[in-house]
Amino acid sequence: MIRDITLGQYYPGGSAVHRLDARTKIIATLVYIAALFVVNNFWGFLIAAASLFTVIAISRVPLKFIFRGLTAVFLIIAFTFIINLFMVDGRVLWEWKFLSITYEGLQRACFMAVRLVLLIIGSSMMTLTTKPIELTDGLEKLLNPLSKIGVPSHEIALMMTIALRFIPTLMEETDKIIKAQQARGADFESGNLLSRAKALIPILIPLFISSFRIAQDLALAMEARCYHGGEGRTRMNQIRFHRGDAAAAVLLIAFLGVIIASRWI
Amino acid sequence: MTIEVKDLKYIYSPDMPGETTALDGVSFDVTEPSIIGIIGHTGSGKSTLLQHLNGLIKPTSGEIYIDGECITDEKKNLTDVRRKIGLVFQYPEHQLFEETVAKDVAFGPKNLGLEEEDIDRRVRRALYMVGLDYDEVADVSSFELSGGMKRRAAIAGVIAMEPAILMLDEPMAGLDPQAHRDMLALIKKVQRDMKLIILIVSHNMADVAELSDRVLVMSKGRIIMDDGPHEIFKRYDELSAMGLSVPPAAEIAQKISKKVKGFESNPLSIRELADDIEEFRRTKR
Ligand SMILES: Nc1ncnc2c1ncn2[C@@H]1O[C@H](COP(=O)(O)OP(=O)(O)OP(=O)(O)O)[C@@H](O)[C@H]1O
Ligand SMILES: [Mg+2]
Repeated sequence: MIRDITLGQYYPGGSAVHRLDARTKIIATLVYIAALFVVNNFWGFLIAAASLFTVIAISRVPLKFIFRGLTAVFLIIAFTFIINLFMVDGRVLWEWKFLSITYEGLQRACFMAVRLVLLIIGSSMMTLTTKPIELTDGLEKLLNPLSKIGVPSHEIALMMTIALRFIPTLMEETDKIIKAQQARGADFESGNLLSRAKALIPILIPLFISSFRIAQDLALAMEARCYHGGEGRTRMNQIRFHRGDAAAAVLLIAFLGVIIASRWI
Repeated sequence: MTIEVKDLKYIYSPDMPGETTALDGVSFDVTEPSIIGIIGHTGSGKSTLLQHLNGLIKPTSGEIYIDGECITDEKKNLTDVRRKIGLVFQYPEHQLFEETVAKDVAFGPKNLGLEEEDIDRRVRRALYMVGLDYDEVADVSSFELSGGMKRRAAIAGVIAMEPAILMLDEPMAGLDPQAHRDMLALIKKVQRDMKLIILIVSHNMADVAELSDRVLVMSKGRIIMDDGPHEIFKRYDELSAMGLSVPPAAEIAQKISKKVKGFESNPLSIRELADDIEEFRRTKR
């Protein structure tokens, strides 16, 4: 069902990872993603994967839950793998008509797939262990220095908050509309591509209208509570770095060092 | 047309943080055309139950038989099921999408693969059943109708499939008093004219009392009472312990009988209560 998509979802918990400041987690995730592109051999990936799974173990988010999120992007991973598999020149391992698989291609495809999987798991670890509100608060704080040069950091953060907040609402709405049209005999599963695309109309139009209705209600509710932008706005929960964040920073720098060193193994 | 529900269980998002047991062993039978009210606290599983009955959700365990045919079977063709069983969701007007009312009402029959003439006949009949004038609304965009008319157009879209069982999830929610009264009359009329089994979920006890031949009370995914409306609404204390109310007339009668010795009444409507008071005064004198 549509609700089973776990990407971007929060998994409630009280682990050390959950308690880290959102800013730490955002930076760590960015560093981790960058590190994945620094890695160029098997050992590097092994280290990256081991580190990630250590973090997962500490966070106590069930593996099953994380992998369920991966199935949603399985197609993208498979596509990348196949493209890389056939597109790289080098020592030929297998050949058939115009298709050939090379040793280098196989290696590149495997690396790419592993890189994508780690990247997705890594970034979903951030959203799984951080409340959306904390995440956007953290982002706003991080972007704050940039507001001096005209980056609307508060607005960006607010847009993200709203988007995150309404993902489940819109999914629920979609689910309801699909069911309602199915109840009227709509069939989304059979027929050729064109008729399937056409079958989406009874879903998309009501969904559009619903989104506008929801947006309008939200705007009204915000205005009724005197929302007037980010200027002079205080917040209920101040975010602060703690000792755990310092420890995380040390570990992160160590990790980055090891990863860079791994290029010369 | 009969419905037979056997020990239905359903769990939302099993093994996930939001795991919820929405139905926890629901069983009931319906054997003849009638209106059945379903009441229960919010989250008690009413909507989930309705969605099972036309195959939108597959139960975690348990079976449903419609006319003796098992619809929870893996291989069952669900289009057949949905042809026989219409489900009107809460706020059905949110699902309107066609350019005109007539086209929208025709969506269901078209999906059944009917002939053009047959579709047209059904659209006319359905609009007539819900009290909309075909010539007036057929070529109008549904977005131009009033709230109550939109709701009726959406219900016509399900009635046009000519189901033998019609399920309505809170059809009265958010209607103004006039549209509300019209909706009550409409449901009664549809039941009478089309000889349907109607299952209706509502939070409005007066509506349930007025419409239902039988009432199912749900709590925490189970059916805990299943009886005629008089018998159900007599159990004032049990219902209020569950956070449910009784029709206003029943509540007033309850209060009077506490103050006035010998007065006993078990009304569903103000009319019945007035009759009982009249009767009581006559016997007293
Ligand atoms: N799509 C869903 N995913 C997960 N849980 C759900 C979903 N739909 C309903 N639930 C949960 O299942 C339980 C029963 O919900 P259901 O909608 O059937 O209740 P209801 O009796 O119709 O309530 P209401 O009177 O508020 O409409 C609730 O606890 C609800 O939170
Ligand atoms: Mg409901």
